[in-house]
Amino acid sequence: MNLTLKIWRQKDSNAKGQMVDYKVTDISEHMSFLEMMDVLNEQLIAEGEEPIAFDHDCREGICGMCSMYINGEAHGPDRGITTCQLHMRMFNDGDTITIEPFRAAAFPVIKDLVVDRTAFERIQQAGGYISVNTSGNTQDANALPISKHAADEAMDAATCIGCGACVATCKNSSAMLFVGAKVSQYALLPQGQVEAADRVQNMVAQMDLEGFGNCTNTGACEIECPKGISLDNIARMNRELMKAAIK
Amino acid sequence: MALDSKVPKGPIQDKWTDYKNKINLVNPANKRHIDVIVVGTGLAGGSAAATLAELGYNVKAFAYQDSPRRAHSIAAQGGINAAKNYQGDGDSTYRLFYDTVKGGDYRSREANVYRLAEVSANIIDQCVAQGVPFARDYGGLLDNRSFGGVLVSRTFYAKGQTGQQLLLGAYSAMNRQIARGKIEMFNRHEMLDVVKVDGKARGIIARNLITGEIERHSAHAVVVATGGYGNVYFLSTNAMGSNVTAAWKIHKKGAYFANPCYTQIHPTCIPRSGDYQSKLTLMSESLRNDGRIWVPKNIEDVKAIREGRKKPTDLSEDERDYYLERRYPAFGNLVPRDVASRAAKERCDAGYGVNATGEAVYLDFAAAIERYGKEQAKIHNISNPSDAKIYELGQKIVEAKYGNLFQMYEKIVDQDPYKTPMMIYPAVHYTMGGVWVDYNLMTTVPGLYCIGEANFSDHGANRLGASALMQGLADGYFVLPYTIGDYLADDIRTGKIPTDSKEFDEAEKEVKDRIDFFVNNNGTKSVDYFHKKLGKVMWDKCGMSRNEKGLKEAMVEIKAIREEFWKDVSVPGGANEMNPELEKAGRVADFLELGELFAKDALTREESCGGHFREESAEEDGPQKGEAKRNDKDFAFVSAWEYKGEPADAVLHKEELEFKDIELKQRSYK
Amino acid sequence: MSGFFKSSIGRKVAMALSAFFLMFFLIIHLAVNITSLFSEDLFNELSHFMGTNPLVQFALQPVLIFGVVFHFVMGFVLELKNKKANGTSYAKNNGAANSTWMSRNMIYSGLVILAFIVLHFIDFWIPELNTKYVLGDMSGMHDGDYRYFHEMVEKFHNPLRVGAYVVSFVLLGLHLAHGFTSAFQSMGATAGRKKTLQQIGKAYSIIIPLAFIIIAIFHHFNH
Repeated sequence: MNLTLKIWRQKDSNAKGQMVDYKVTDISEHMSFLEMMDVLNEQLIAEGEEPIAFDHDCREGICGMCSMYINGEAHGPDRGITTCQLHMRMFNDGDTITIEPFRAAAFPVIKDLVVDRTAFERIQQAGGYISVNTSGNTQDANALPISKHAADEAMDAATCIGCGACVATCKNSSAMLFVGAKVSQYALLPQGQVEAADRVQNMVAQMDLEGFGNCTNTGACEIECPKGISLDNIARMNRELMKAAIK
Repeated sequence: MALDSKVPKGPIQDKWTDYKNKINLVNPANKRHIDVIVVGTGLAGGSAAATLAELGYNVKAFAYQDSPRRAHSIAAQGGINAAKNYQGDGDSTYRLFYDTVKGGDYRSREANVYRLAEVSANIIDQCVAQGVPFARDYGGLLDNRSFGGVLVSRTFYAKGQTGQQLLLGAYSAMNRQIARGKIEMFNRHEMLDVVKVDGKARGIIARNLITGEIERHSAHAVVVATGGYGNVYFLSTNAMGSNVTAAWKIHKKGAYFANPCYTQIHPTCIPRSGDYQSKLTLMSESLRNDGRIWVPKNIEDVKAIREGRKKPTDLSEDERDYYLERRYPAFGNLVPRDVASRAAKERCDAGYGVNATGEAVYLDFAAAIERYGKEQAKIHNISNPSDAKIYELGQKIVEAKYGNLFQMYEKIVDQDPYKTPMMIYPAVHYTMGGVWVDYNLMTTVPGLYCIGEANFSDHGANRLGASALMQGLADGYFVLPYTIGDYLADDIRTGKIPTDSKEFDEAEKEVKDRIDFFVNNNGTKSVDYFHKKLGKVMWDKCGMSRNEKGLKEAMVEIKAIREEFWKDVSVPGGANEMNPELEKAGRVADFLELGELFAKDALTREESCGGHFREESAEEDGPQKGEAKRNDKDFAFVSAWEYKGEPADAVLHKEELEFKDIELKQRSYK
Repeated sequence: MSGFFKSSIGRKVAMALSAFFLMFFLIIHLAVNITSLFSEDLFNELSHFMGTNPLVQFALQPVLIFGVVFHFVMGFVLELKNKKANGTSYAKNNGAANSTWMSRNMIYSGLVILAFIVLHFIDFWIPELNTKYVLGDMSGMHDGDYRYFHEMVEKFHNPLRVGAYVVSFVLLGLHLAHGFTSAFQSMGATAGRKKTLQQIGKAYSIIIPLAFIIIAIFHHFNH
C-alpha cells in the first residue's frame, strides 16, 4: 500500500518543530508500524536526509520504549498493544497517517518523536520500592502466605511498562494511572504495608512537582494502556493517600 | 598469559562458603571512598548496582535506554529456576547444578554452576521481600511450573512476564539507592571504551546519546553487564539496541572473549514474513507442552499450502509428519531447544517449510484442545458431548494457559491460532559465550568484571530455560558484590582516580576519531545494509548447523563486508546531537569484528556440543545416527580468545574443564 | 492534612466532596419543588420553612453558597492547571476513541450550569433576599396568600425562560452523567462497587434533571 505520513520533526529540545509530509510506497500489510518507519528512514538516508528519530527497543511490546501518537491515539488505533505491535493491516491504501510525539509539559521533546520520560523515574525514586536490603538474608519466600487474589491483583498493576501512553492520551496530561499502578502493587502486598503511607505521599508529591495534570476520571488512559492497567488502581491510590492523610 | 580460573580448593559444596569466609573485605568507612562503574542495568547490572550501593560504594550506572526498566531482561517470559524444592519433588542444589551442567552439554565450569545453584534459593526470598508478585496458589504459597529438559518443577513465574517483574524488582532496589544518592544514574549513555591505568580498569569513555557529548568517568573498578550479542545475526529475539560494543571494547583492551560460537537458537519463534523484518518475536517454550509440531508428508501438499490452494486443517493425520515424535519417541515435542531447532531446519531445508519464505513449521493445538475438551466434559458430567462442545471446552483451557501468547501471535500474524495451527521457526535467542571471567567474575583485566549474559561462565554450550534470569540476579545480587571486595580491598588508599591522565586522553581521542570518521564518511550505504548482510552470512554459515567449508567462507565474507563497511557506510546527521544512525554504526562495526571471531571459534571447535553443531561431528550409525557427537577427549575446554588486531589473528587460550562431581555422558533424547 | 488538600489528589477529593454536597442539595431542592405538581399548599409551607428557618438560612445556606463557589472556582483552577500540564497540543487528537464527550467537556457543561445559576439567582434568590432582608418582610405572604407558588408559576410563563431551563438541565444531566461516578472514583470507591455506582449514577443523572424539566414544563402549560 501507499501512504502519506505527516510526521513531527524537531531538531532538538530548543528548536521549534513542525509537521512534515512524507510518502512511502509498497508497504506490506504484514509490516509492523515501526518496520514501516524503518522503510521510510532507509529511504531518507538514501536521499541524504536525516532519518526520523524515534524511541524503540524490544519491539515486542514489553520494554515501553516506543511512544508514538498515531492518528490522534497513543500507540495508534489498535487496543492492548504498543506502537511496535501495531501492524500496517490496521490501515488502508492511500491513507494519510499523522504521527506525533507523546505530548505533555512533563515529557519535553528531545528530538523528532523522542520524548524525555524521566519524570517517571523520579516519581519511582520518591518511593516506588520496598526498603529491604539485597543481602538475600530475608525470611523464606513462603514464610508469609499472600492471598492469590491479592498477588494476582498486584501482578496486574505491576505489568505497567512505563511507556507514558496514559499521560500522552490524558486531556490533562495526568500521570495517575502510572503512579496508581505502582502504589497499588505495593499496597496490595503485605511487604509493602510498612512504608505505605510515606510511599504514597512522597510519590504523589513528586508527581505533582513534575507538572503532571489532575485526573478528571475520563478513563481514556485505561482504554489506551497497552497493558490494560485498570482505573481501580487510581481509586486505590486515592484511598491510600486519604488513609495516609488521616493517620 | 595463562588462564587462572581461581576456583577455590575443597569439596564443591563448601567452596563458596569457605571462600566467602576468607575473602578480603572493605571496611564500611572506606567503601565510601571507592567508586564503581556499572555498565548496563538489566537484571545483572541493575542488581549489582543496587547491592554495591547498598554496601556503601559510590556507584555510577550507565544505560543506553532512558530507564533501567527497559533493559532486555524485561522480555524474558517463562520464569526463573531456584532449588527451593517447595513442590517436594526431590529438587536440591545438587540436582539444579547437575541439570545445568548436563543441559550445558558439559562445557561449563563446575564450581561456578554449583555456586549458582546454591544462591538460587536466596534470589526467590529476596525478590519476594522486594514485592515481586510471583504467581501463588490458593493457599497463598508460591507456585511452580516445569520447564524443558528437567524432571522437577522448580520454575517460579509471574504470568508470562517474569523477566519484567524481576527487572522491576532490581530497578526498585536501584531506585532506593538513587534516592539515597549512592547510585548516580546515567540514562541514555553508551559506553564506548574502557580506560586502563597501570594495567587496571579505571574508568570508561561514554557518549551522552542526547547531546553527543563524550564524557570521561573514572572509578576503582568497572563492571560490564551489557548482555548478549545475538544481534550479530541482525534478526534475533534481542532488542533492537542489544549490542556487543562494551564487551568487544574490553576484549580489545585485553579481556579474553570465550566461546563466541555458543549460541542458543530458540525453536518457537514467529517466522519471518518478509525482507523488511526488523526483529523476531519469541513464543514461550511452554507452548511445546501442548502443541504438536509437524509439516506435511508430501511435497505436493507443501506447494498447495504455500499457494493457498490448501489449508493445513485440510490435511488428514496420515498426511502429516510429526517429525519430532517420529525421530525422538521418548521426548517427542519436548526435546531440548537445540534439538528441536535443528530438526525444524532439517525439514525446511528439505523443502517442507509451510510459509512463503519456506521457513516455518506448524505448531498445532488441535489435539490438545480436543484432549482438554474431553477431560472437561467428563469433569462436568456432560454425556455424549458434540464436537463443537468439546472444542469449546478445550479452547477455554488452552486460552487460560496461553491466552496472552495466542493473542500476541494473532496481532502479529493475523491468523487465529485456535482455528489454524501456529507457524513457528527457530530464531537466535541467547548467547552462552561471552567475556571470559574467573571465579570472581573478573576478566583477564584487573579491576574489570563481567556479569550476566555478557560473560561466559555458567551455561556451557547450551542454556536451560529459566536459567538466564537466575544467573543475572545471582551474579548481581549475591556473587559480584562479595568478590569485588577482594579486589577493592587494595584500593582503600588510592583516592579518587583523576580523569585528566594521558590514558583518558588517548581513549577519548580514539572514540572521537571513530565518531568523526562515521559522520564525515561520504558513503552510499546505510548501516542496516551492512548489518543485514552480516546477519545473512551468520545465519547461513554460523547458524544452527555449521561445517568447515562454510565457516571458512564466513570468515572471508565477513572480513570483506567489514572492509566495505569502513569504505562505504553512510551516517547522516552530526556527532553532537542525538543520532541513532551513528549509534548503530558503532555497534555494527563491532559486530563485524565479533562475527569473524565467532566463525573462527566455531571452526576451531571440531565437535558438536549444545548450541554448536558441527556437521562433521555427528553419530555415524546406531540409534543415535545423525545426532550431535561431543568430543570430550579433545574439546573439554573453554576457548578464550586474546585480541591481536585482526579477529583472524586472535590467539586461543584453553581453560581445561574438570568434571569431578559429574560424570560426563552423551545426551540422548531418543 | 493541609498538605493533603494541596496535592493533586487532595484537590480531586475536595472536588468530589463539594460535588457530593451539591448532589445531595439537588435531591432536597427537587423534593421541595416536586410538591408543586400536586399540592400548592405543601409547596408553600415547605418553601416558607426553607426561607425563614434560621438554621437553613444562616447555617445551611452559607455552606451551600460556599459549596457552589468552591466547586466552580476549584473546577476552573484545575482546568487551568491541566491546560498548563498539557504543553503543546496535538495536531490530531481522537478523544472520542477512548472517552465520553461528557468526561472531556465538564468545564463547558459546568459553564452552562454556572450561567443557569446566575439566571436562577436573578429569578428567585435575589428577589427573595430583597423581600426578606432589605424590605424586612418575613411573612412570606402576598395578598393574604403564601406568595411562593404564584411567584414560581409566574416565572414559568415565559417560554424563553423555560427553554433556557430545559437546556441547562440537559447540560446538568450530562455533567452528572460523568460527575456522579467520577466523584466516587475520586473518593476511592472500590472496584467491587463500581458497577452499582455506575447504575445509580446513570439513574441519578437522568431522573433528577428530567424531574426539574417536567416541573418547569408542567407549570408553563398548566397555568
